[in-house]
Amino acid sequence: MTEENNEPEILFGIYCPPHPHPLLCPEANEGYGKLRSAYEECRKRIEESEADLILIYSTTWPSIVGHQIQALENPVWTHVDDDFHYLGSMPYDFKIDVDFANGYAQAAEKRGLHSRTVAYEGFPIDTGSVVALQLLNPDNRIPACIVSSNMYANRAETIVLGKAARDALAEQGKKAIVVVVASLSNRMFTEHIDEVDDRIHSQKDDDWNQKILEFFGAGRLEDLSQLSRDIHGQIRVNKVVAYKPAWWMAATMGQHNNYTGEVLAYEALHGSGGAVITLTPTDGSFGDKEFDEDDVEFYHGDRNVLDKGML
Amino acid sequence: MMTKGEIVLGCLAPHPPHLVYADNPPQNEAYSEGGWETLRWGYARLARKLKTIDYDVLVVFTPHWQTYIGTHFLGLPNFKSKSVDPIFPNLFRFNYDLNVDVELAEKMREAADEAGIITKMMTNPDFRVDYGTIVSCHLLNPDWDKPIVTISSNRNTHYYSAEVMNEQAAALGRACQKAIEKSGKRVVLVSSHSLSHRHFTTEAPLPEDMSREHIYNHSNYVWDLKLVQMMRDGKMKEVIDIMPEFTEQTIAETDAGAFTWMMSALGYPDYPAEIYGYQSVIGTGNLVASWDPNDETREYVL
Repeated sequence: MTEENNEPEILFGIYCPPHPHPLLCPEANEGYGKLRSAYEECRKRIEESEADLILIYSTTWPSIVGHQIQALENPVWTHVDDDFHYLGSMPYDFKIDVDFANGYAQAAEKRGLHSRTVAYEGFPIDTGSVVALQLLNPDNRIPACIVSSNMYANRAETIVLGKAARDALAEQGKKAIVVVVASLSNRMFTEHIDEVDDRIHSQKDDDWNQKILEFFGAGRLEDLSQLSRDIHGQIRVNKVVAYKPAWWMAATMGQHNNYTGEVLAYEALHGSGGAVITLTPTDGSFGDKEFDEDDVEFYHGDRNVLDKGML
Repeated sequence: MMTKGEIVLGCLAPHPPHLVYADNPPQNEAYSEGGWETLRWGYARLARKLKTIDYDVLVVFTPHWQTYIGTHFLGLPNFKSKSVDPIFPNLFRFNYDLNVDVELAEKMREAADEAGIITKMMTNPDFRVDYGTIVSCHLLNPDWDKPIVTISSNRNTHYYSAEVMNEQAAALGRACQKAIEKSGKRVVLVSSHSLSHRHFTTEAPLPEDMSREHIYNHSNYVWDLKLVQMMRDGKMKEVIDIMPEFTEQTIAETDAGAFTWMMSALGYPDYPAEIYGYQSVIGTGNLVASWDPNDETREYVL
C-alpha cells in the first residue's frame, strides 16, 4: 500500500482479448501479429516494473457458485480451446500466489460476497487466462492470481468484487498489475474463415469499439464503467447478464478517470474486437462528469423481491 | 444390402455433476454421502432398460462443449484424461477413458454439412471431453462398454434467438437421423441437459445436504411440470413449438438445442414418454426420461 493513504499500489492495468490467435498463429494475419507485438510490449513493461503480482479477471472463466479464485500453486496442464482446437494445444505451467488468492477470497467474504478458492490438479484454466499469462508472463517471473466472472453477477456484485481485490492488495502490501481479459465487441463470425480475411464483424461493432478505445485512450476508465450497460446492449452477444469487465477493472483500479491510456493494438479476432490497452494511474484528471448511480461497498445478495408479492 | 440404421431410444439425461459425485464411482476423486436419489434411482432404472436394448452407440448432444463457429463432432477414436468441472471442481474430478464411433460421427458431420450446417471435426488429441458428455454417459452406461459420439452445442440462442436455435437444431436432428439410417447402426440418442436452469449462487457446506435442496422458484417448477405432462401426453411437436418461450421464461438449458435436436431426429413422438424422475439440483429442474419408438417395449415407469 502507499504510505500516504492506505491505498493499494496498482502499477498499471492491461485490457486484452481472450482469443488464442495471437498465441497460436500470430503469423496468420497481420492484425494477429500486431496484437502479439502489443502483448510483448506489455510483457516488457511488466518485467521492468516492480510488480509483486499479476491479478487477472477473465471473462472466459464463468462461475456460478460465487466467485472462484485459482489457488493451486503450480497448475500444469495442456489446454485446448472449444472452438479453435484446430489451431493447436496450449501447454501451461503457471505460478500462482496462493497467499493472495486466500486473502482475496477472505476479503470478498468480508464484503458480503460468496467466494471460494479452487486448488485442484487438472482444473481447466480458461483460454483467456492461459493466453494472457503465456504472453504477458511467459517465464513466471511474477506470481499470478486469477478470479472468475460469475455468470449471474451484475453491477453491484462486480464492483464489490473489485473493491475486495483492493482490500486484499492493501492488506498484503503487494504491488499489482491488473489484467482484464475480455473482447470489446464479442460477436464472432459463425462460419470458418480464412484468417487472412478476418475483419470486425460489422460497422456498428467497429464504431462502438472505436468509441470505447477513445475513452480508454483518454484514461476515462470510470466513464467506461458507467457506460457498461450501454456497451452490453449495443455490441455484446448476450451470453451473460452484463458487460462486467469495466466494472471490475474500474473498481479494482480506484473508480476514477486519472490514467494515462495507451491503445497498443486493436484488431479483429474472428470478427470480435480485440484490443491490447494499458492504463497507468496519473495525477491528472480527465472528464467533467459526475454520476448519480449509487456506489456500493457491501454486497447484500438477492433482495427477495419474489417473496414480497403475490404472483 | 446393409440393414437400415435406426434410433432405438432417445434419452433426456441431465448432467449435474452432483449425480456422479453422489454415486461415488471409482473414477471420481471426490467423495460424498449420497444425495439426489430421485434422479439417481431414475437413472439406474433407465440404465437397466438400456441393458435390455440392442444398440451400437450412444450419440450425445452436450451443452458444455460450447461452439460459436458451427457444430463440432469428436473425431478421434479414444480420449483418456481427467475431467474437472470448472463450476463444481469440489464435486467432479473424473478420470475417463472413452471410445468414439468416428465413422458415425463423420457420417453425421457430412449429412449436416449437406444440409447447410457449419461443421467441424475435432481431431486435437489434447482436447478434454466436456463433463456434460461424461456425466450423462456414465449414468446411462456406467460400464462404458459402448462407443459414443459427442456433438457440440452451437450457441444460436445467444447469437440470434431461441427461435433460430429451434430451427437449426431441428435441421441438425434431421441430418443426424438420415446419417443414422445410412450407417446401418442402432443408436441411442442422448439429450444432455436440465429443464429450468437457474442456479443458486451459493452452495451448502455439505453439497449433498438434501435439507437445503429445492427448485429455484415456483414459476420454474410449474413450467417444468407443464412440460412433463405434455411429454406424458405424447405432445412433443407442441413442446418444441413452445420451446423458445419455455427457454426464455425458465433460463432453461434447452437453449443449447439438444432437446430440439433429439425430438427432430425422433420425428416428434406422439407416444408417451417414459418418466423416470424429476428433482432439483442446486435449484435447477432436472428430468430423466426416455422415448421408446417400439410399442412393445415402451413402459409406463412413473
